[in-house]
Amino acid sequence: MIDSSLKIVSNLQVARDSMMLRLECPEKPLPGQFVQVEVPGFYLRRPFAVADYQDGILTVVYKIVGQGTAFLAGMQPGQSLSVLHFLGNGFDVQKTAANPCLIGGSVGVAPLLYLARFVPGATVVMGFRSAADVMLVPELEALGCKVVVCTEDGSAGVKGFVTGALPAGMDYYYACGPMPMLRAIASATCVPGQMSLEARMGCGFGACMGCSIQTADGPRRVCKDGPVFKNDELIW
Amino acid sequence: MVDLSVNFAGLNLSNPVIPASGTFGFGEDFASLWDLNVLGGIAVKGTTLEPRYGNPLPRIAECEGGLLNCVGLQNPGIDVVLGEKLPWLRSVYKGAVLLNISGFSEQEYVKCCTLASASCDVDAVELNVSCPNVHGGGMAFGTDPASLELLVKAIRKECTKPLIVKLSPNVTDIVAVAKAAEQGGADGLVLINTLLGMRIDINTRRPILSNTTGGVSGGCIFPVALRMVYQVSRSCSVPVIGCGGVSSAEQVLEMMMAGARAVEVGSASLRDPMACPRIIENLPALCERLKINKLSELY
Repeated sequence: MIDSSLKIVSNLQVARDSMMLRLECPEKPLPGQFVQVEVPGFYLRRPFAVADYQDGILTVVYKIVGQGTAFLAGMQPGQSLSVLHFLGNGFDVQKTAANPCLIGGSVGVAPLLYLARFVPGATVVMGFRSAADVMLVPELEALGCKVVVCTEDGSAGVKGFVTGALPAGMDYYYACGPMPMLRAIASATCVPGQMSLEARMGCGFGACMGCSIQTADGPRRVCKDGPVFKNDELIW
Repeated sequence: MVDLSVNFAGLNLSNPVIPASGTFGFGEDFASLWDLNVLGGIAVKGTTLEPRYGNPLPRIAECEGGLLNCVGLQNPGIDVVLGEKLPWLRSVYKGAVLLNISGFSEQEYVKCCTLASASCDVDAVELNVSCPNVHGGGMAFGTDPASLELLVKAIRKECTKPLIVKLSPNVTDIVAVAKAAEQGGADGLVLINTLLGMRIDINTRRPILSNTTGGVSGGCIFPVALRMVYQVSRSCSVPVIGCGGVSSAEQVLEMMMAGARAVEVGSASLRDPMACPRIIENLPALCERLKINKLSELY
């Protein structure tokens, strides 16, 4: 884990209320790890999943949910951000799975893009509220993924939730998104998988116990022991 | 060469900077980043007799210049702390270890302090009578002078280590509470724990924190902490550790000029894991500029 000042390459809208931030970064992350970005004028850093890393450029995708992310959305290329990186355990890529599936919901689709570089040819199932929220489809298709989009209102792709569109023959999954989606996946399939959790965090590196959850192995910190957990570690 | 060393309640500290309980775990998450031995002391995570998971999520909210938490004393229990956490900490850290102890009854506090007194890995007991996030104990003792004095007296009988009482700012008269702790036999005081606060999510119209309220910490509470340190250090004869919103060497000196002998750094470490070593590194040059030859001349 290091804290360094990273220069903004671009900071552009990718979907409704969603921004893609690209930063110059010499260090390479593992898929599923995250960063803590200091937003000028705000006390706590904001945790964002690594969405991609290529040729010294770190990409994160974030949703504008409050004043901090709204301020961040106004920052310009050339400006720098203090970024604590890389945090968390990341996905444990399973080489033995024949038909792995990457499942994401809302801004939780972000880490699937970088993960897809390590799971070639995977099917990606992504859920969004509406067509205006859909993102990262061309990027994932460019990596050779078969992409299935679901929307709650049917305005793009399949109408309904990701659990209705899981591919037949799926023998392993990697999922990231809001808790209700992860819970629904856990009850919709008995296939083994890994889940990356979202949580309000304090420090992001294990010190404050602000994001601890109860697991089958006792209390675990989402930031330090996760954010990725095996599906059978989690208690629903 | 500026002399940064200070003496606090019989503990000789190489410098006045101590990470505050609850913001530093047992040191593990920082030891991989920098040598803990730069620290004057370490106040470890609040420990209870039994293991505690604490409150549900969300436990963290933000405010201007700080944050709120309702962690609720998550800890593995005193047996694991004394059996595993502190022996490990002692193996990497040679300075003073303050074991922060919390409880829900006098018996629990006494039992924990008795166990802590028997441990060679504990240099002082920091009594937490000020946690705002648990029901049925904690702050209840720290907000009533009479019950605090009785609690400290009972613990004093069994505690062979320096006994430091961490006070709650959520009182009308901090001096009365501080004097009660002193009367009970405290060797020192820490001021202050978090201020009780809350935030509401205007979209859901519900409190953000699972426990509705939480403890406010961070830069925004520094003036309150400083004022309480100033008032108490003029009214009590036991030494005081200043705690609350400190994130710079300048604020360390400000706390000491208000009457503190040492300073705990809390939330600053959560936004910047290098905060403590940075503060300590900046102290000598700042002292030279202010013509302070040794920090102990400030108290």
